[in-house]
Amino acid sequence: MPYTPHTESDIREMLKTIGIADVDELFASLPTEVRIDGLELPPSLSEEEVLRIMSGLAGLNAGQSEYVSFLGGGVYDTSSPAAAAAIVSRSEFLTAYTPYQPEVSQGTLQVIYEWQTFISRLTGLPVSNASMYDGATAMVEGVLMALAKTRRKVLVVPETLNPRYLAVLETHMACEQVEIRTAARGDDGATSAASLREVLDDSVGVVVIQNPNYLGCLERCDELAEAAAECGALVVAGVNPVSLSLLKTPGEYGAAVAVGEAQPLGIPPTWGGPLLGFLACSDDLKRQIPGRVVGRTEDGQGRAGYVLTLQTREQHIRREKATSNICSNQGLNMCRATVTMAMLGKGGFEELGRATRIRCEALKTEVTAVPGVTLPFVAPVFNEFVLRLPVPAREFTAFARQKGLLAGIPLDGVAGCGEFDLLVAVTEKRTAEEIRHYARVLLDFVEEED
Amino acid sequence: MSANVEPRRWGASLEPNLFELGRDGRRATVMPAWDGDPVDVTLPAAYLRTDPCDLPSLSEPEVMRHYTRLSNLNHHIERGMYPLGSCTMKYNPRLNEVVAAMPGFADLHPEQDEEDIQGLLCALNLLQDALCRITGFDACSLVPAAGAQGEFLGMHVIRALHLANGEPHRVEVLIPDSAHGTNPASVVLTGMKPLTIASGVDGRLDPEVVRAAVGPNTAGIMITNPNTLGLFETDIVEVARIVHEAGGRLYMDGANMNAILGKAHPAKMGFDVVHLNLHKTMSTPHGGGGPGAGPICVTAELAPFLPGPTIVEADGVFHLDDHEGECRPAIHAYQGNVGVCLRALAYILRLGGDGLERVAERAVLNANYLLRRVVDEGLLQVDHPDGCLHEFIATGRDWKEAYGVRTLDVAKRLLDYGVHAPTIYFPLIVEEAMMIEPTETESRETLDEFVEILRAVRAEAAADPEILHRAPVHTPVGRMDEARAARQPDLSWLGPCNCG
Repeated sequence: MPYTPHTESDIREMLKTIGIADVDELFASLPTEVRIDGLELPPSLSEEEVLRIMSGLAGLNAGQSEYVSFLGGGVYDTSSPAAAAAIVSRSEFLTAYTPYQPEVSQGTLQVIYEWQTFISRLTGLPVSNASMYDGATAMVEGVLMALAKTRRKVLVVPETLNPRYLAVLETHMACEQVEIRTAARGDDGATSAASLREVLDDSVGVVVIQNPNYLGCLERCDELAEAAAECGALVVAGVNPVSLSLLKTPGEYGAAVAVGEAQPLGIPPTWGGPLLGFLACSDDLKRQIPGRVVGRTEDGQGRAGYVLTLQTREQHIRREKATSNICSNQGLNMCRATVTMAMLGKGGFEELGRATRIRCEALKTEVTAVPGVTLPFVAPVFNEFVLRLPVPAREFTAFARQKGLLAGIPLDGVAGCGEFDLLVAVTEKRTAEEIRHYARVLLDFVEEED
Repeated sequence: MSANVEPRRWGASLEPNLFELGRDGRRATVMPAWDGDPVDVTLPAAYLRTDPCDLPSLSEPEVMRHYTRLSNLNHHIERGMYPLGSCTMKYNPRLNEVVAAMPGFADLHPEQDEEDIQGLLCALNLLQDALCRITGFDACSLVPAAGAQGEFLGMHVIRALHLANGEPHRVEVLIPDSAHGTNPASVVLTGMKPLTIASGVDGRLDPEVVRAAVGPNTAGIMITNPNTLGLFETDIVEVARIVHEAGGRLYMDGANMNAILGKAHPAKMGFDVVHLNLHKTMSTPHGGGGPGAGPICVTAELAPFLPGPTIVEADGVFHLDDHEGECRPAIHAYQGNVGVCLRALAYILRLGGDGLERVAERAVLNANYLLRRVVDEGLLQVDHPDGCLHEFIATGRDWKEAYGVRTLDVAKRLLDYGVHAPTIYFPLIVEEAMMIEPTETESRETLDEFVEILRAVRAEAAADPEILHRAPVHTPVGRMDEARAARQPDLSWLGPCNCG
């Protein structure tokens, strides 16, 4: 049988040691009424047969390597260094357990500490953890820890929040009996401090800012954070880590917590999972942070090393008093993103931000030359923006797909957008030719429809 | 900066922090060239960070060497045994990794059209069907990204049923004192209230205790079966009757499903929901702490409360049903840890129904063989020595009394012999607990060696307990000052990172 070493004589000898005659006797404690007679599943297969089935199924899909992708909305077609893939295929990282025994887990622990350092430097907040499941659950955890700190029961989110994140927030806030209020979007695509103030009062514990917001627009984070602070609410900022190469950090505008989706740091999208949530917070919230945190310390001989720390926050100690139930996180993806950041380094990370900006502005220029195509929002953007088409967005994406393009996410009904609005994203991978091709396909479709 | 140069033993040695290794001017990554027209990318200063992000600059060979050296400091499953109770640290087949990395799966963006993901939907549908056949249930959600999220979703589903039935007062969830800490924590997150109940003298749940605890406010009960003592809850059918008659539902924590694959169905035990840890039972790697996956399977009654969209098949074509107008929970931005699910499917296909049943048999055979030897040879005391399923709980009580060494000391000394420590001090109801689960992928020789290591450690404890108190000494670092770590938290590298 695959993956087990037992020979027939091993089994005989082991049964003799146990003092029973038959393997069935090992299961004598199972009452007859709960038993089954084997599983109704096909018999075992060879490795070759499994590969044939699975590569057959994979072959029925067509992903971002078959198309040129302009899809975003939180998951982006960024590059993934070969070095990072190689490191996470090493058994030492791939098959290691959670680092509860620090003496034999210094590799994993130090990677987590380096990840925490990267996230702290990106976000401008001093405390971070070993990762969360994804950006949406990181936002939930960030909101819950900040609400616990303020002891208030009202959450304000912008109308421009990622609708998928909003759905996850709604599920959890309903359980916590937290009221969710919405700050309206301005005509420029960003949230104004005035519209935020309309829903603020002393009962609001947390204000979520997403920057760039779901429409790609940059928020005036300083002004929003100032408005939140006026009524004693904490800011939880949802950010794209790549944008922090250029954009103001959550720490700089006084956010208490920063969360986000680190998939763009070298993680394959795999239809949305496993992704990589991150979370950072201010120093005064460190004893509310969810999940595993690594600290640097020394052993008895004064050698520097790393341990899981501040564990009294966690579910295995606090049980029903814990504010989070997270246990396993996204360890291996965290490792992959850490190596990706190491590969980028200071210069590479800045260049990544600039390369993204160049392609984004180039695409804007190309597509707005197409008759009838406009940009409905004037707020500045980083890597993603909304196109208003003279044709329904869904019809255009279907047409573009035939031309080898994943043209964007139709926005019908999201943040006040309509059926003609399309969310388009670029990454550093897009070439000038691909961007021109996008504009040509759009022109062809618009002309065909005329 | 001068390096300390001295001859040293081959093998693990400590590695500086990445943030100490940068040098101005070094690069590992360059961006693709831009051959389009120049564009103005300036943003108003108010949107920009004041200082560039200070990150280390290294070349690619340095990055690879740094992380390879770090990797050498880890214990891992391809190096040696992990007798970690409740964690099911079995071998992680490489086939699974090849499958998950296929571009036809790994490159899929979550916003792509159904037509582009037909093979993926077919694969996920196959896995859902297999998990239902393994547990005996009617419907499955693959979305939970970990066991703890499976617990949250499972209890949320039960809560949603009570709300739909007009019984919002049902908020009490019974949890035995032997349960994992995530159980009560997950219940609280659903807005319900955990009530701890005592497990019986033999470590099992006493139906009379359950009968006394249920009432009109009972939402349900969470039971790990086999329980965290490695024992089957023999009265489970009676317990299920009691809870159902009181109007509650039963949640099974499937962390220990490895013991009963192909032998029993959680559905037949009377459970309404079960979560499976694919990173335990279905061999997907632990990755030093994830990503895992904690899918749940439920009865038809609870299926309408699972997250959307769900996969439906019509004439060989797969669709995603969004369940518009229904109130479905959302617990993840997308559909969970799909890549982990694909690994699990590869494992299930490879083993087949017969192979999965052998998994349970050999996991239980290994655990009982080890139990018999350590008990009969006087190495460890076990409160329930007659037999177990996939794991058993030893107590270090006698080591403490006879030699003045604690379970922690034994665990640390085991590290010096090249095996990972067992799960210790859990479950909380056993004094000086050592929870040992060998899994089916360990050979008899490995188990025999583990017995000899225990014998050697016991002899050391008798001769000189200090050896254990000082352990480990053959690992890259010794016992860490955890008190200092918690008192003066150093959670990120604060220094500048690039020397000139």
